[in-house]
Amino acid sequence: MQDDKLIIGGHEFQSRFILGSGKYSLKLIEAAVRDAGAEIITLAVRRANTKEQENILDYIPEGITLLPNTSGARNAEEAVRIARLARELGCGNFVKIEIMRDSKYLLPDNQETIKATEILAKEGFVVMPYMYPDLYVARDLVNAGAAAVMPLASPIGSNKGLATKEFIQILVDEIDLPIIVDAGIGRPSQACEAMEMGAAAIMANTALATAGDLPMMAAAFKQAIEAGRKAYLSGIGRVLTRGASASDPLTGFLRD
Amino acid sequence: MVKINGEELDITGKTLMQYLLTTTYNMQRIAVERNGDIVPRAQYDNVVLNDGDVLEVVSFVGGG
Repeated sequence: MQDDKLIIGGHEFQSRFILGSGKYSLKLIEAAVRDAGAEIITLAVRRANTKEQENILDYIPEGITLLPNTSGARNAEEAVRIARLARELGCGNFVKIEIMRDSKYLLPDNQETIKATEILAKEGFVVMPYMYPDLYVARDLVNAGAAAVMPLASPIGSNKGLATKEFIQILVDEIDLPIIVDAGIGRPSQACEAMEMGAAAIMANTALATAGDLPMMAAAFKQAIEAGRKAYLSGIGRVLTRGASASDPLTGFLRD
Repeated sequence: MVKINGEELDITGKTLMQYLLTTTYNMQRIAVERNGDIVPRAQYDNVVLNDGDVLEVVSFVGGG
């Protein structure tokens, strides 16, 4: 397992749990990162606040890779602007593209996401596009220079789990980039299932932010993700369509 | 007038740095975009704000 690295844009990670930082206290971030064992944390970019002087960067432990998102962008052009601003903030060149035209379902605009991926990859960003799981779009993202593909499991923040399971499986089977399941994963068991399917990593935010004990839930996700990864690597046993198969020797005793 | 984060301000002719020094922004934690283009930190002293400029001053916040 030590050699089993997650590689994104040439960068190696041991952890397969990408942690969100939204909707919870800055003071919980350190414990969340520690108990999640996370090496990547997502952030958003917003208009700077002149009143509150505390900044999220002061709460993130050293050595953690920052993954700014482009939330708030309604098209490729806005996503590109937000990504450039994020890079100017001086914390690396990773970016998670998030483009939404709709604030009710918050579904990603796949076409605009492809356009933004192409522009930002050419500018040297490590581009991780959040997308609706569609094989043709995923292929276009590969061609556009994406470093990973991040299909949604169910609507953002819903905690509904793997509603798009069949389509994520197609991406895992057909796309030669890390498939990182993002959005909608609400429980460790769902994260584990996605990892068993061959997902490269899990991104979760709301599942933790809405949990009773955030750091404990972070730890639960960590274990579930590791369990799912091990199961995937070990090769999952077959399923019988009908009948049964004894686990015990079939030689009888106590009778002739 | 110069529009900064959606607010019209009467600071035409000042440099970006002169304006920022009148605010309480944490200078190490912001990035600035002017009329759609990034203003590199090293340029804050040289950029003179023109009438009609639109600026965005941003920082990182929690997000997923």
